[in-house]
Amino acid sequence: MAGKEVFALRINGREREVFARSDATLLEVLRDDLALRAAKRGCNQGVCGACTVLLDGVPVRGCLTLAGACTGREVTTLEGLAEDPITRALQETMIVSGGVQCGFCTSGMLVTARDLVAQTVTPTEGDIRKALSGNLCRCTGYVRIVEAVTDAVVALSQANTDTREAIQ
Amino acid sequence: MSTAFDIPAGTAVGKSTPKLENREKVTGRAEYIDDLYRPGMLHAAILGSPYPHARILSYDVSEALAAPGVVGVITGDDVPDGRMGAFIKDEHALAKGKVLYLGEPVAAIAAETLEQARAAVNLIIVDYEELPAVLSPEEGLAPDAPILHEKLKDYIKVFDAGSEGNLCSRTELTEGNVDAAWDRCAVIVEDEFETEPQAHVSLEPCGALAEVDAQGRVTLWSANQSVFRVQANVCESLQIPMSKLRSLTPRVGAGFGNKMEPHIQPITVALAMKTGRPVKCILTREEDFEIVRARHPFKIRMKTGADAQGRLIARDCEVLLDCGAFADDSPGVLGYALLMSGGPYRIPNQRARGKLVYTNKLRFGAYRGFGNPQVSFAGEQQIDEIAQKLGLDPIEIRRRNMLHEGDGWFVGPKIASNGLARCIDAVEAASGWRKGLQPPATPGTRRGKGIAVSAHISGLLGTGAIVRMLEDGTIALNTGATDIGQGSDTVLAQICAEALKLPVEMVSVASPDTDGSPYNWGTTASRVTYTTGRAVAGAAREVLRQAMEHASEMLDTPVEDLELREGGRIAVKGSNEDLPFAAISGRAHWAKGGPIVGHHTLVFDEPTHDPKRSIALGLPFPQIGVFSFGALIVDVEVDEVTGQTRVVEAWSAVDVGRAINPRLVEVQIEGGFVQGMGFALYEAMVWDGPRLVNPSLMDYKIPTSADTPHVHSIIVEDPEPNGPFGAKGAGEIGLNPVPAAIANALSAAIGGRARKVPMTPERVLNQLLEGGDAA
Repeated sequence: MAGKEVFALRINGREREVFARSDATLLEVLRDDLALRAAKRGCNQGVCGACTVLLDGVPVRGCLTLAGACTGREVTTLEGLAEDPITRALQETMIVSGGVQCGFCTSGMLVTARDLVAQTVTPTEGDIRKALSGNLCRCTGYVRIVEAVTDAVVALSQANTDTREAIQ
Repeated sequence: MSTAFDIPAGTAVGKSTPKLENREKVTGRAEYIDDLYRPGMLHAAILGSPYPHARILSYDVSEALAAPGVVGVITGDDVPDGRMGAFIKDEHALAKGKVLYLGEPVAAIAAETLEQARAAVNLIIVDYEELPAVLSPEEGLAPDAPILHEKLKDYIKVFDAGSEGNLCSRTELTEGNVDAAWDRCAVIVEDEFETEPQAHVSLEPCGALAEVDAQGRVTLWSANQSVFRVQANVCESLQIPMSKLRSLTPRVGAGFGNKMEPHIQPITVALAMKTGRPVKCILTREEDFEIVRARHPFKIRMKTGADAQGRLIARDCEVLLDCGAFADDSPGVLGYALLMSGGPYRIPNQRARGKLVYTNKLRFGAYRGFGNPQVSFAGEQQIDEIAQKLGLDPIEIRRRNMLHEGDGWFVGPKIASNGLARCIDAVEAASGWRKGLQPPATPGTRRGKGIAVSAHISGLLGTGAIVRMLEDGTIALNTGATDIGQGSDTVLAQICAEALKLPVEMVSVASPDTDGSPYNWGTTASRVTYTTGRAVAGAAREVLRQAMEHASEMLDTPVEDLELREGGRIAVKGSNEDLPFAAISGRAHWAKGGPIVGHHTLVFDEPTHDPKRSIALGLPFPQIGVFSFGALIVDVEVDEVTGQTRVVEAWSAVDVGRAINPRLVEVQIEGGFVQGMGFALYEAMVWDGPRLVNPSLMDYKIPTSADTPHVHSIIVEDPEPNGPFGAKGAGEIGLNPVPAAIANALSAAIGGRARKVPMTPERVLNQLLEGGDAA
């Protein structure tokens, strides 16, 4: 069994020290040591995407990322995106679209969708389906998740227009 | 029949209210079983059997007990000789005396950390005497087959199962005279079909957390579809009085059938009792594949005959089901599959027979559709074949034969509402069926459309509701129904709010708790909206009756001159004089009459079998349910080189009686379609001898967003007379016709007939190359 060590991590903008097994994954540290449990353990194999978090702003699988590989880097979980405008827009459209069923995939789905919306000005349905294809959902058939992302993009662009008009 | 609740709908019912718990889910704050922790909690690991069939001779746990962090070990010697099971009580909490499938839990460890538990579990030594294994139903029925359950005859059974040897159960249903009817048929089609096992793959693996208090009473949280079935199973297997075990639920990460009957709860409770500490056991994804349950593989022989006009005259269906090592819900699946084997058609002569055989494999059990998708795959293709032989349009032959309101279903149950015709109309129009086929999107592909129709019950067994009016006139609803993500908490709150003309926000929904909730058989059989909804409407009606009596005294007006108004007010008819619920409830709490509480319970009690028209042997559900209907058209594209089949678009219409929450119904249709598409095209659990070789999401693929088409969901409403506001079930029917519709579309695209599910590229390519049947 692996020995334990102290990891100095920067998570959701805060410095955290965690004493955990040397081979602990980021997902284990987040869930078991830091009680940040939005990220879920669906397969522990990097397939389902329920554990998706951001590492230096890039979506990664928490279950495939060693905690030790995250020192000196910025880890962001869904909890840390609570004030992020894109995430908030996605949360609102997911609530009304029907894209949330059992909810087990939802955290990871939101983190991935947020990255897509941040990177792509006006994603097509094909873009959205491709971007989310590493996040499995067994409940919805994806129709309403895709719709939620589309609606969030519209809402955000409307908000941007409103802001620009207000400034002018 | 009168409606269960006759107040016209408007306030809450029919609105796509977002699910009540959605905000907690989108912020990551929803707590599932693995998110729960208790002080001093231990973690569990399980030792699985290395053999598919063996006698357990002895255990040596000394080394495991001495390992770092280990607090307790249990083996079959630590659990009583109690057996659990919904239909046949054949299963111990943990293997005892024998192991019956490879991977079956034989021992479990509780340790301070999960790593310690997993490390120590391999230190348990079990001495086995290996026995010959039964790996298929045919092997199980052979005269000299090794017997799995030597005491099968002595097990408690809840119906006439006809169990013998490795035959777990048999069912036979007959109406009319099938053998004499073939002579009157102008067209007869006959064939054999096979379907492979499908895994549920709820995104959340199964898990449980148990603790024992100072009095020895157990509290058990688990991922489940019924806190009451959990309680019954744990108490039966561990021989605990039901009053000594409280079963609760956190949020559940979906079920589809695999969390209805027990998974890891009995073992977790046994560990907590052994150690005196809280114990959490969460299955790995691999264990979730290997030791819970899966959709039955079916072998089907079906024969259907029609006259020259395409009117169906006879159908004969024979099925053979692999039960796996334990009965679980299998006898129900067999009986239900046979009941549904004729489809939603008038067929005067029908016979359906089947056998369910124990094998040394993982148990097969409940899975969304419950045997219906398998028999529909055969039956709906035969309807198309007959249409083809007679030169009829596939939609036309279905219209000619479909059941109507007032007809009896096969063996007897009466159909009170039937929106099938409107479902067919809807998908025909939406899909452009009459305009013919779209041209192939790309060269090198072939394209075709196919249709299949379906019916499914909602109903079964007992349920209840308690509606309490709080001091301020708001409402606390408690039903005991587990919301597994589909939104039943929201739907039941809408029914309650509608009945009391309150905004939904004024209704709270209690989490199921066997200590405080009325009995609910479970979130299964597409039943919660229909049966629990009826109980909610009945309990709300009782609350209203009591409130009216108070108001009558307070307003000095006879009850018949009072009316319920929007916002929860009781008013004098034709007057502005009224009272809010708050004033009424305040009086009830503090002055007169006592707090207002309404409750209502029911058991679905309309008989399945009408002995005047049919013969039924070994029927597992004497009282089954009401019928929902659906029609599905798919447009598929086949790659001529690889045989890969892609669904381009799908149109699915479902008659749900009344959509209490239309968006949630749509998502049931869409999600059911995609789960059915995975089953139809590529999902299959594969055994190499006794070993499941693909128990991981790496090797067992489920549909992703990139693989799935846009699914057009269409709601049809033909109100069920005794449904709550006319509602009936929506949970399973969207899945049932998917393999059949895809097979019919494939046939239109490339010719031939698909006879096996999944319709893998290899099988489709063979079907295409041979211009005939798939291998």
